[in-house]
Amino acid sequence: MDEVLASARPKLAFQVNGRPISTEVEARTTLLDFLRDRLQLTGTKKGCNEGACGTCTVLIDGKRMNACLTLAIQCAGRDVTTIEGVGTVDALHPVQQAFIAHDGLQCGYCTPGQILSAIACIAEGHADDPDTVREWMSGNICRCSAYPQITAAVLDAARRMEDRQDA
Amino acid sequence: MRDFTYSLARSLDEASKADGAHSMIIAGGTELLNWFRLGVAAPEHVVDLAGVEELKRIESDGDMLTIGALATLAEVGEHSAVRTGAPVLAQACLAAASPQIRNRATLGGNLLQKTRCAYFRAEEPLPWGCNKRHAGSGCAALEGINDRHAIFGWTEQCVAVHPSDPAVALASLDAEIEIAGASGRRIVPAATFHLTQREAAGLGLDPAQAETRLKPQEVITAYRVPLRPAARSAYVKVRERASYEYALVSAAAVIELDQGGIARAALALGSVAQKPWRLTEAEARLVGLPPTRDAVLPVLKQCFEDARPLADNKFKVAMAAGAAARAIVEAAA
Repeated sequence: MDEVLASARPKLAFQVNGRPISTEVEARTTLLDFLRDRLQLTGTKKGCNEGACGTCTVLIDGKRMNACLTLAIQCAGRDVTTIEGVGTVDALHPVQQAFIAHDGLQCGYCTPGQILSAIACIAEGHADDPDTVREWMSGNICRCSAYPQITAAVLDAARRMEDRQDA
Repeated sequence: MRDFTYSLARSLDEASKADGAHSMIIAGGTELLNWFRLGVAAPEHVVDLAGVEELKRIESDGDMLTIGALATLAEVGEHSAVRTGAPVLAQACLAAASPQIRNRATLGGNLLQKTRCAYFRAEEPLPWGCNKRHAGSGCAALEGINDRHAIFGWTEQCVAVHPSDPAVALASLDAEIEIAGASGRRIVPAATFHLTQREAAGLGLDPAQAETRLKPQEVITAYRVPLRPAARSAYVKVRERASYEYALVSAAAVIELDQGGIARAALALGSVAQKPWRLTEAEARLVGLPPTRDAVLPVLKQCFEDARPLADNKFKVAMAAGAAARAIVEAAA
């Protein structure tokens, strides 16, 4: 432990949805609370707050992670993507389009996490068939149990995104 | 969560000053943040290992695989040298937790996670006794709901099991754990790193609270996995849902075959004790047998004659023997 550098309010510089953030943060603040309470980015939901439900899933340097299991200060120098950084109302992301097309949601609470997780799942190459999607989307719980539609949406979005890349 | 001060360690020396109580090390944080929220730990200072670059490597050098403590479960599970040289470890890492958690959780932290016993994982003030949380308060699981608990090595003070998947694979691979501390570096075999409650008592330690051989101001730096060119291996995890769930029991098998028979076997079980449970007696008796369920199951069942199941977990005896048999069959396939 370096007493000189030990800080209760360490400096935090990172990017959220491409926007540079530079501030001080209470060391104990999770990324989830920082996004919701400091940046008012409330699209990232707080479900279980213990890493059991996946509804707080965000991308950190492109990798999906639980924002509730990450301290904000652990994101120093990193690039965080939340649902607010995915698509716009006028130009939805293909994964968002596919969730609508396949009714991949009912109450919608888990959906931001599902979308972020699905984007990573497809980018990882884990969206080839239903079994693979179910395994690699298992970190996102949907208590409305829209799983068949979510699986269909992820497979469809993966196919569309591949077609788009081929074009 | 109680607030704490934070520093980013740039070297192992800085990190290894953490005493584990007043100051604690954070790696991925997937386990530590839940301890903080529950009150399992409440340090004044947290040291982040993320700045110690040497702990992030995964290297294969001839017949030795070295995995730094900061390698994530996803990185270990997807690394080509691990997948080809030690598939049991890759499978165990990818069977653990969820994709999101595997992107954060490190192999160093994974072995230091604590039991998933529901009586242990509760918020303060605990409405029941838990000797792991408060020494002398009793063990609610002993006479309570204990289907997830130990069948080996427990004492009346604590009946918890260790939930790690990778630890079971590492034990079956005869891996070694590299530990750094103030007095230099030392090596502990992965199979003996964790302590059963009975072993802890035998060492004069608190049977509920002593869980590993790691001492204060020590840090796990790496795992060294000897690769045997002829070895085949597999990890079997039995759980109540197909994914993203802790094991009821698990089994890791590392075997070598000679003319269709088992020439060498190393077996470890998970979630039956507070440590990966090596089936040493069976390993010797399996030599010469074909790697089929019918041939190996009777030998494996003998290993459970001294099991001490609790009221709710007698099923683990048959399930664990079956999982071990399946791991052998899958390793040989």
